[in-house]
Order: sequence, then C-alpha cells, then structure tokens
Amino acid sequence: MLDKTVADFETAVADVHDGATILIGGFGASAVPTELVCALLEQGARELTIVNNNAGNGPVGLSQLIAAGRVKKMICSFARSSNKLRPNAVAFAEAYRGGRIELECVPQGTMAERMRAAGSGLGPFYTPTSYGTALAEGKETRIEDGVGYVLEHPLKGDFAFIKAQYGDRWGNLTYRYAGRNFGPVMAMAAKTTIAQVDRICPLGQLQPEHIVTSGIFVKRIIEVQRDQHA
Amino acid sequence: MHKKLSREDIARRVAADIPDGYYVNLGIGIPTLIARYLPDDREVILHTENGIVGMGPGDEEAPLDLDLINASKEPVTLIPGSSIADHTDSFAMMRGGHIDLTVLGAFQVSAAGDLANWDTGHPDAIPAVGGAMDLVVGARNVYVTMEHTTRERIPKIVQTCDYPLTGESVVDRIYTDLAIIDITDAGLLVTAMVQGLSFEDLQALTAAPLQLKQQIMRL
Repeated sequence: MLDKTVADFETAVADVHDGATILIGGFGASAVPTELVCALLEQGARELTIVNNNAGNGPVGLSQLIAAGRVKKMICSFARSSNKLRPNAVAFAEAYRGGRIELECVPQGTMAERMRAAGSGLGPFYTPTSYGTALAEGKETRIEDGVGYVLEHPLKGDFAFIKAQYGDRWGNLTYRYAGRNFGPVMAMAAKTTIAQVDRICPLGQLQPEHIVTSGIFVKRIIEVQRDQHA
Repeated sequence: MHKKLSREDIARRVAADIPDGYYVNLGIGIPTLIARYLPDDREVILHTENGIVGMGPGDEEAPLDLDLINASKEPVTLIPGSSIADHTDSFAMMRGGHIDLTVLGAFQVSAAGDLANWDTGHPDAIPAVGGAMDLVVGARNVYVTMEHTTRERIPKIVQTCDYPLTGESVVDRIYTDLAIIDITDAGLLVTAMVQGLSFEDLQALTAAPLQLKQQIMRL
C-alpha cells in the first residue's frame, strides 16, 4: 500500500542534512509551510541554502531560521520587507548587513522557470528577463531575432516544503486560491517534497481533474489541524 | 503658471486609455490607483503576479484572507470569471506576451525607453527585484506613470539612466504630472501637455530632446 502520510513533523524533516538546498513555498504570507520550517528549526540542520520568494514573512519561521544562523545562502526575488511600516524580513536584513548570509537575487519568473527546468529534466535555458541589467552580469547571453536572452540554469532542491489545502495518502494536492503560487513548481523540482495540508482526504475523494499537483511529485504529506477554511 | 496633475488625475488619464477586454498588470503606487478609475462600460481584466487573473478590489469588511492578496501583499477579491494560475503559468503570461499592458512606476526612463525602477543603487540597499524584470520584457505595452521630475526638480526622463536598469528599450509611453510622451523610433514624442505649460518649459524639465506632435491634447 502506498501511504505517504507522516504522523508528526519531527519525522517529516528528520533526514534534512547539513548543507541541504530547501525550496520553501509561499508568496508573502500566503501558503507558507510554517510548521515544517519550525520543525526544521528544532531539527538542527545547518549551512542551508533556502529558496523562497521572500527572505522571511514576519518573525516566525524562516526569519527564526536565519536569526539562528542556520542559513548560509538565500536565493530569492524579493529579500526586502515589502511594507516599511510592517517589516517582515528583519532577521535577513540584519544577517545580510552583518555579512553572515549570502544573497542570490533572482527575477521571480526566472526563479520559477529555473525550478520548472530542474523538475522537467531540462538543462540551461535562455530567457529575455534581465537582459542588459546588472542581474545578467557574468552570464552568457545571445541575440535571437533581435531579442537579447540570458542563459539561466536549473534550480534543484534536495527538499521542498510546501503548503496545500487538501491532499490524500498518495500525495495528490489541491490548493486554495492564490495559495497555489510556488507549490506546484517546487513540488516537481526537489528530490524529496514534503507537503503540509489542511486536511488529508480518503483516497479517491479528490476529483482527479481538480488535483493540481499529482502525488508523483510528493514524497511525504502531513496534516495540520489548524488553519481550516470554510 | 501651469497646472500639475495629481496622482489621481494621472491614474484617471491612464484608465481612460485602456481598451475594453485588455489583460492588465498594475504596479505599485500611481498604477494601483488606476483600478479605481476604469470605466464601467469596459471589461478590463487585472492580473497579479502571484497568479490571479481577474482580480477585484479589496473588501474592507471581509477578514484578511492570505490566499487572496496581490503582488504588494494587499487583500484583493476575485471577480466572476476569474482564474488562478501557479507561478510558472503566471510568469508565462507575463514573459510570453499575453499581458496586453503593464503600468509601472519609475525612478528614471531614458530616451530609448530604458526603465530603472527596481534598485536605487544605494550601497546599503538590499537587492530585491520581484517580478519587475519579467513583466517589462514580456508585456505587449509598457506604460510608466511618474512625476515629471524629482522633488528637487531633477528630470526623471533622461538621455541615459544612472539608476540600475530593469529593462532595455521596454517603455512605450510615459504619463507624468505634466505630459504624456510616447517613446518612438524617432525619439520622445509629446502628445499631451497640461494647460498653461509651454513646450520650452517642458523641455527644460526633461533631460532628453523632446519632439512635439502636431496636434497635442491639453490636460
């Protein structure tokens, strides 16, 4: 019987090794797998490379991991707090200015596409995004039909932590509204994808055509009781 | 003494120029205001980079729903006909030429349509690009809304941008508090100016050569 259900968060993240690259889903505070990140904080792995659109979304979760000195490098599109009145990436800013963390700033669409390439078995690809800008410096470029392109490389994770709405024991997932964001692409781009969901449904209950991420991309699934939506 | 358009006036002016049925991505600042002034008789479909196609205004009565936010992480609603995409599809819409128009703010725009709007270049600034570079290379039309000069009256339309670029030759039109300027192969073409402003005055506030359309609109 295929059962990817994991009973507790400690077990879910037990094998994350020092130096691992972890793709963490979410956009702002939407669909952030906070419980998985907090479990990683307890677990203790160090020298991590974290791929996330932002560099923290408030004091809990990723910011704690950064403040604890466990993150060697952030790969993200927007490492600044998006709202100056309610800063959400304070721990990152302090670590960055103190020279304790590396930052690779990647255009958001390039970040998504690099993961899609990794998950789809593709090699480097050309994108027009960032051509002629500082973010293309040192990268191979070419001009095709008058358009400039920049060569970008696949971005693979050892682990992906994502949050979905419903799942089943095969790891099939559905998402709630714009909580879908990076979930599907991160699920396919990591060796071990761990999904936390609001509810694990009996197998067969999710409509096949409503499933967004096939369980083929998911290794472990765990239910978070709180966070129930109508 | 010439008139100056308010931020709301600029937004209203852009909104009036958006055709029925357009798929539009609005940036932060003045562009966000445009959504308020879209004419009722047109269906303009708003896209947000985190995957909503058919975004409606925020509902202040409703409790905050983190799965219904826009690119600035502000609450939004869904309108009838809306759909949700994941990040790869959402950025395919942007990069792949499926967005008819994006309207963005800017630090500077060059005579060739180069746009600088993501990084002040300040040594202490943390580089954060978000989706800006994907949007400007892919949207079919890129409009910029901004004040014509800085508060210190330094022109923001320049020959060459000093700020780090977001994209090369990407801007099609600029709406400022003083004028509307198209970026054409022949250079910067002024198509509208506020009441009471002479072309010479406008040129003096612009650090790149302007041309005047034969028949201009007065704002």
